[in-house]
Amino acid sequence: MSKAGDKFDQARRNFLRGIGLGTAAAVAQPAWGGQTFQDALADFFQKDYRRMSKEEIDEALGRIERRVKAQYDVDIDCQNTPPQENVVYGYAINISRCIGCRYCVHACVKENNLGRDSQVQYIRVLELDQGNFNLEQSDHYYDPEKVPVEGKHYLPVQCMQCDDPPCVKACPVEATWMEPDGIVVVDYDWCIGCRYCMAACPYWARHFNWTTPELPAKEINTNCHYLGNRPRPRGVVEKCHFCIHRVRKGQQPACMEACPTGARIFGNLLDPDSEIRYVLANKQVFRLKEDLGTEPKFWYFSD
Amino acid sequence: MNVVRFIFDGIREMFRGPRIYWIWLAVLTAIIAFGAWNYSLQLADGLVVTGMSDQVSWGFYISNFAFLVGIAAAAVLLVIPAYIFDRKDIKEVVLVGEGMAVAAVTMAILFVIADLGRPDRLWHMIPVLGRFNFPVSLLAWDVLVLTVYLLLNLAIPFYVLYSRYRGKQPNFRAYFPFVVIAMFWAISIHTVTAFLFSANPARPFWHTALLGPRFIASAFASGPALIIITLQIVRKTTSYKISQSVIDTLALIMTTALQINLFFVGAELFTDFYNEGAHAASIHYLFFGLGGFSSLRTWIWLALALNLIAVTILMIHPTRRHPVLLNVACILTFVGIWIEKGMGLVIPGFVPTPLGEIFEYVPTSVELAVAAGIWAFGVLVFTLLAKAVIAIEMGKVRQRESESALSF
Repeated sequence: MSKAGDKFDQARRNFLRGIGLGTAAAVAQPAWGGQTFQDALADFFQKDYRRMSKEEIDEALGRIERRVKAQYDVDIDCQNTPPQENVVYGYAINISRCIGCRYCVHACVKENNLGRDSQVQYIRVLELDQGNFNLEQSDHYYDPEKVPVEGKHYLPVQCMQCDDPPCVKACPVEATWMEPDGIVVVDYDWCIGCRYCMAACPYWARHFNWTTPELPAKEINTNCHYLGNRPRPRGVVEKCHFCIHRVRKGQQPACMEACPTGARIFGNLLDPDSEIRYVLANKQVFRLKEDLGTEPKFWYFSD
Repeated sequence: MNVVRFIFDGIREMFRGPRIYWIWLAVLTAIIAFGAWNYSLQLADGLVVTGMSDQVSWGFYISNFAFLVGIAAAAVLLVIPAYIFDRKDIKEVVLVGEGMAVAAVTMAILFVIADLGRPDRLWHMIPVLGRFNFPVSLLAWDVLVLTVYLLLNLAIPFYVLYSRYRGKQPNFRAYFPFVVIAMFWAISIHTVTAFLFSANPARPFWHTALLGPRFIASAFASGPALIIITLQIVRKTTSYKISQSVIDTLALIMTTALQINLFFVGAELFTDFYNEGAHAASIHYLFFGLGGFSSLRTWIWLALALNLIAVTILMIHPTRRHPVLLNVACILTFVGIWIEKGMGLVIPGFVPTPLGEIFEYVPTSVELAVAAGIWAFGVLVFTLLAKAVIAIEMGKVRQRESESALSF
């Protein structure tokens, strides 16, 4: 692992960028991390998401947009789309169709404004030998010329949106919870960064911003949600949120849209006519680490 | 007014002493400053300056935290014989033990704060003002029990010393209930800290009912080890009389606790390795390495060796009673448990990850420096508290008659 090397490289880049930004910032807003004093103060005393009034959330969204503008000179539209009535989302992956191309991973990184240098990815695709399902013998960093490789099979893993999520129980400040539509979300402005949730998660689905995530300004997805893909601050935990900014508007998650083989199936578990319900009723499905009692809303099946 | 004067006199006593005492304070302050400077680097760049990663998301800080909660809990080993069995000899040093508990809890709390990604949001934990996930989150439990334990260990000695300061006998009935609470509380802080880890089925290495008992046993070995050494230092550097019988009692407790702890380690090893399954991967990594990675292997065998040598010295009466050998056993126990319950407990929980990835953790110089700073801060807190406690206990610091007449 060249982790240390990466860090030095990181420091150097930060330094170089600092020179460039410093001159620009000196003209616009000198202090408070590119924010006005008023915004910085309001950020500090901001209540947690579930206790903010409608007006307070609107103000918070405004501050988020101004923060991103100051940092990247990009206008994002940070929304707060509420959950739909009578909807609980579920996911299923047809592992016999997965070819390990990682298109889902790349789509997710772009869609969700994941830190590029920090290399955070919500989806991890494991490569296993045919006939082997021992995760400890999986290859996380497979890199062949062409996929799928003969004799291998692939297992994409991401947040299972557990119905009894151990991460939510772990959080000492209730900065993470399950929304009415079943999505486990994080309030990035409330998380204190203790990382107990990461220790509690059996699926390694939670990731921490060890440094300020860096995004190329041109690639920022401006369609954002408070509980989802808005650019994150440093020192907080984040995770897959089923593309909350898309699915609450009736769109598919980015990973599903990107999948070239149609291995991914997403839908409303409460709708008896949904494709996901068809899969659950007619395929031999299984869940990862079912024995832990976390009740994932994420299934695997094969043809 | 009396209380203010008491505190004032106490603080004045803390900063009075021979040159060597001042040099000691200066050395500690220098280490603290070095740690603080390194912490400022961490604040500026984020936790990326540590060796931690998404794979191994807790490291040296939480390791020290787990160990120090045990040291804090061990003060109860002086409190029980002193107050319940009315051992006069131990009663004379019980306040020193409580001072050590204060220092240890302070360090434990500082290690958690050093580990936070957003220390600026610490207020989110304050009930009402923030959101305190009690009683669901074990971390919320830990914050609560540690805070109360700190207050108990400040309040009881404060009352006793304040009475002595005024030349009165403390009213035993007034503070006895708090002593009883503090006793149970001491066990609770370490149990809760063990449960913090064992509550996670996601980490099979921690997910064992034996973890709580093991934490208590190892704490009751490492704690007395530190107290024995400290009492000897106090005996050497001050004219405060410390009876040998106190040290003998602590050495016996330590012997038993260390034996029990080693038995527990053996029980873990048997259960995990007799029919080795996937859940034994972490302990395999710890003791033998896994997939070519084995950074903890040398350390854990060293810890085991240190504890075995120590327990041998302690089990043989003549060697345990030998002053030099006893000190050797104490140092070996302290270091051995520090490795076993620190890095040896926290890190393997993350290796391999729940998805089977093997990624090693090595603390960076920043982490080591911050940790050194926190340890030095704890030693400083203890030094200052012990200095005032001993002076008041010996009657050197007393309310003057004229003042008590003037006070209102």
